[in-house]
Formats: sequence, C-alpha cells, structure tokens
Amino acid sequence: MIDVVMPQMGESIVEGTLTKWLKKIGDRVERDEPLFEISTDKVDTEIPAPIGGTLASTLVEEGKTVAINTVVARIDETGAAAAPAAAKTSASPQPLPAPPAPAPPQPLAAAAPVPEPEPPAQAASAGAAGPLSPLVRRMAREQNIDLRQVRGSGAGGRITKQDLESYLAQASARPAQAPPPPPKPAVQPQPAPAVPAPPSALELPPLPRAEPAKVRVEAMSVMRSKIAEHMVTSKNVSAHVTTVHKIDLTRVAKIRERNKAEVQARHGFSLTYLPFVTRAAAEALRAYPLANASIEGSNIIYHNEIHIGIAVALENGLIVPVIRNADEKSVLGLQRAIADLSARARSRQLKPDEVQGGTFSITNFGSFGSLFGTPIINQPQVAILGVGMVEKTPVVTEDDAIAIRSISLVGLTFDHRLIDGAYADQFLTKLKNVIETFSEEVL
Amino acid sequence: MRKCELHDLGRIGYGAAFELQRVLVEKRKQGQVPDQLLFVEHPHVITLGRNGKLQNLLASEDVLRRSGISFFPADRGGDITYHGPGQLVGYPIFDLREWKRDVVAYVRTVEQALIDTLAEFGISSEREDGMTGVWVGGRKIAAIGVHISRWITSHGFALNVTTDLRYFQYIVPCGLTKPVTSMADAGTAPPREELIALVAKHFSELFQVEIVRPAVRAEEAL
Repeated sequence: MIDVVMPQMGESIVEGTLTKWLKKIGDRVERDEPLFEISTDKVDTEIPAPIGGTLASTLVEEGKTVAINTVVARIDETGAAAAPAAAKTSASPQPLPAPPAPAPPQPLAAAAPVPEPEPPAQAASAGAAGPLSPLVRRMAREQNIDLRQVRGSGAGGRITKQDLESYLAQASARPAQAPPPPPKPAVQPQPAPAVPAPPSALELPPLPRAEPAKVRVEAMSVMRSKIAEHMVTSKNVSAHVTTVHKIDLTRVAKIRERNKAEVQARHGFSLTYLPFVTRAAAEALRAYPLANASIEGSNIIYHNEIHIGIAVALENGLIVPVIRNADEKSVLGLQRAIADLSARARSRQLKPDEVQGGTFSITNFGSFGSLFGTPIINQPQVAILGVGMVEKTPVVTEDDAIAIRSISLVGLTFDHRLIDGAYADQFLTKLKNVIETFSEEVL
Repeated sequence: MRKCELHDLGRIGYGAAFELQRVLVEKRKQGQVPDQLLFVEHPHVITLGRNGKLQNLLASEDVLRRSGISFFPADRGGDITYHGPGQLVGYPIFDLREWKRDVVAYVRTVEQALIDTLAEFGISSEREDGMTGVWVGGRKIAAIGVHISRWITSHGFALNVTTDLRYFQYIVPCGLTKPVTSMADAGTAPPREELIALVAKHFSELFQVEIVRPAVRAEEAL
C-alpha cells in the first residue's frame, strides 16, 4: 500500500485545496496518470499517481484544504480490489488528524524560506496558529473576520478554509451578533450562506445605453507616437531659435514659367519652387558647414556630405525622406528626387535608409498657405529651413520705385547650442543671394 | 538560453484556443516543442474556472445569448471571468521543470511581467495580497488563471487594453466584488503589436527565455 500525499507545489506553499478526484475508489490507475487536482492561488494542478495500482482509499474530500505532505489517498500496487477500504473511508468524514504522515509538515513549512513577507497586522493575528494560506487570508479580509476568533483545526492549529466557513455559518446563525456586512453587499445577495445558491437566474438589464460620449478615445498609431516622442525629445535636446528673411523669388518664378511646360512634357513632373530653395540651401550649407553639423557629447561632428531631408505631409502624420548628396544635383535632379520620394512616402513605399542619415531638413509649409513657422529640428541635426508661401507682393525697389515681386518669408530654425544668431543670418543671406541670382543654367 | 516560441493568433474562439493549448501541452510534455507563448483575442465569452461558483454569473444564459456572449466552463484555476474584444489574452505553455518547480512563483512572475509592461506605458500597477492578478488603484486590470499538468502550464492571463468594461457587469469577476479597469481607462491604449512585443520582452527577461517568432503559425505546426 503506497501513501499519496499532498505535494508541495512551491517553496512558500504550505497547503493545498483538493478540488477534484479524477479517479474513484477501486479504479485502476497507471503510474503518472492524473489522480486528483489541487488548487493553490489561482493555479489548478493535476497530480499524477506516483505508482500504478488500484486506488484503495481517498482520505480527503473534494473541496478540503490540507497541509502539504498530508496523506490524501492510498494506492494498492498489488492491484487487489479495495471496496472495503472505500466503505471505511467514506464513513470517516473527518480525515484531518491524518494517519501517520510520512513527515510532519510543520517543521518543513517553518524551514522553508518565506519570500513574501506578510503585513505585520496579519502576522500578528496569525499568531500561534501558524502560517495562513493566501486563500484563508483573502477570505478573512473579504469577510472581515478577526482571525483571533477562529479556532484552527489544521495541522499545528492552523486555520483552514473550513474553519472560516464554519465560523461564518455560526456567526450568521446568531442574528443578535450580526457579522459585519461583506464589503460590497450589492452584488452578493447573501440570505443564508449555508444554503448553496441555485444557479442564478437573475436577469440583468441589457447593457446600459452608452451615454452621449463627451470624448472619443483612440489609440495613437505607431507613427503618431513616434512623431510625438521625436518632437518632445528634440525640444528637450536643442535650444530652438528661429530667424526669418524675406526672399525675392521673382527670378525663380520667371525661370519656372519659361520651363514648366517643357519639364512636364519631357520629365513628367511639374517644376515647383522647392528644388530651387533646396539647391540654394545646399550651396549655403557648403559655405556655412556648422548648419550641416551635429553634436555628439562635447564634440561637433561636421558632415562632409550634404543629405537634405524634405518633410512630406501624410494623411495621418509626416515623414522626412532624404535626398542624398543634394549639393551634387541640378534643380531638375532635385525636383525628380522630391517627386519620387514624396510619392513613395504617400504610398508608404520608402525604404528605411531613405528616411535616415539626413544632415539638414527643409519643410515647405508655404504650400499649405503658411507665411512663416517655427518648426522643430529633426534630431540629431542642428537646423531646419522653413519655407513660407510665395506671394506676389508690392515692394520698394532700390531706385525707390514700387514693383510687384514674388516674395517668400524663409526662416531658419537653429540649435543655439551650436549656431549663433549672426551665423544663422549669414547662412540665410547666402541662401537669399543664391536664389536671387539664379540663372537658367541652374536647371 | 531556452527558446520560447511566440505566436500571435489574433482573434480566435475560446474553444479553438482551448483545443490548441491542449495539443501544445501534450507536445510540450513529450518535448516535441519548446515553451510557447500564445497571444489571442477572444470574441465575447464568459468562462468559469474549475473552482468557480455559478452564482458569480449574474445573467441567465438567455441574457448572455441575446447579448452575443458565449459561456464556457474551463479547467483552469480561478473563478469566473470575461474575455472579449480589446483584451490581450496570453497563454504561456511553459515547462516549469526547466524554470522553477513552484506554481506560486510562476503566478507571481506572470504578474511581474505584466506590471513591468504596464510601467513602460506609464501605468503604475501592483499586486494585492491574496488576490491574484494585476491591479491599478484597487481596480483589476489583468486577471490570471492557470492550469498545470506535470509542471506544464496552460491558460494564463487576460489584460484589459480597450475592453468594454460594461461586459464585466454580467459577472462577479473572479468571485471578487472589486471593480475592473483597462489600459485605455488608465490613459493609454497601445497598438497590439507593440504591446505584445513588450509583454514578450518582460516574459523573456523574467523567465530567462529567448523569444523566437517562427514563420509557421502555431495551428499549422500541429
């Protein structure tokens, strides 16, 4: 005859609740075949038979909580039928003062390290009654039971779930000393805990009609959260300052007018102001390399190549594809790159390396009607050019005449950690001179 | 490091996920597959643990049926719970013999992985003594219920992301009369893919496993 004991399912576990017998007395069990189920703290565990044989007796009823190493069953490995034993056990409803357990559970539990320190109040109320299982602690708290009032029947006087249940049943039988109400009585109609409630047929009203919503909650897309993160990071990293110059694009407008139709016919894209500005920016960057630099620790990194990012507005965000070696391209080459990158940005077909490695950025918010703006620097760059709307504007010429000119406000937002205001204005003056003196050959 | 396969199965029925777990547990027992970490989202379903009490179901089956909620008794620990759209349900199929033979340590570690994940989204969550799960200010944000057979785990956790919490009024969740909450209520509702990646990262750190994403879907691997 082999004893089957309540196993210890972890260092800190002192007892387990036997929830279900998977075999009946007299059943044949194979070694390692699931014999019963126990429950500890939201975990159901199937316990396999330690040996093959016949289940001779079960000493613990379903639902009972017993200390680890308590004998819960006996298996007759000879295979002899065990009907009499069955009768015997079913007649003994009080199995807890267990027959000679192989090892007294108390010292074992005491020796085991207790990783979860109990709150002092509970440790005190546990007192001599020994450690309490999480189940008991939870029940006690939920039902507001003072554990000092409860007599423990478990090993070493430990309070078990049954002790709490019988304590509750007694308490509710004494109406004069009504037990403290359960914390939230609304949900648990508790007329008589002794009577198991029938499967509830309580009808709940259908889900309440949603109130007219005052807000709508929607998760940010990955792109949106990335943008948010980059923007705030940049504001934290750089000391943003913006300076704005008025730039005369009349020459560019004329070059554009004269070549628009031919470019469209020959290359299949329209000619805008942006590649002219980009071209001028590349030349200004060559003259003022600090605007094409970045900061690493206390070092200034000068980039010998000029890779200009162009901000492209998308339906739900923006992306900044990069024109590599922008200073080596003609205006037409730049226009081709801009058309290609922005088309692929909108159809989300950019390759990762096409949005990386920029050394300077341009944002053309003028195309949306903005006169000038103060954009946020695209880290780890140190400057970004914002191009305002090109407008026909009356201006006073050098010989005091009034003329109509195509004017744009072009701003440089720069990182004042690295670039001073005078340098930024020199950069913009250079850019302005380049744009205002473009000849047809720049195409 | 031990390998752990991650499978995101998307929206699948509770019954199908149940069956898939059963098969994977069997394969794990026989050492045919490494540890598994399954992520799913269930259509509306109320499930009752082995020790659950039917009186914690507050609606009749008829009401449930009319509301499009199915009902499923399950062989996991814990009481009654609700699963539905907007919830990230994770089923780790782990062999605890290769980690720690300790079912309570296992549950505490699953809780810790979720607490660490929530912290990455700026949500501060905690355990409540004696009440398994993850809590945000006294409201339950993640429920846990586990089944173990020969140290192989199944079932797992359900994290409310954008869950419509009104469905919980049909039950007394886990038999506790405590309110529930969700990540959206706590201020953030990350995209599923991002959330899974972070949960997997913290499982990987705490259980010391290397997460791999096999090209084959779990159900095809069967």
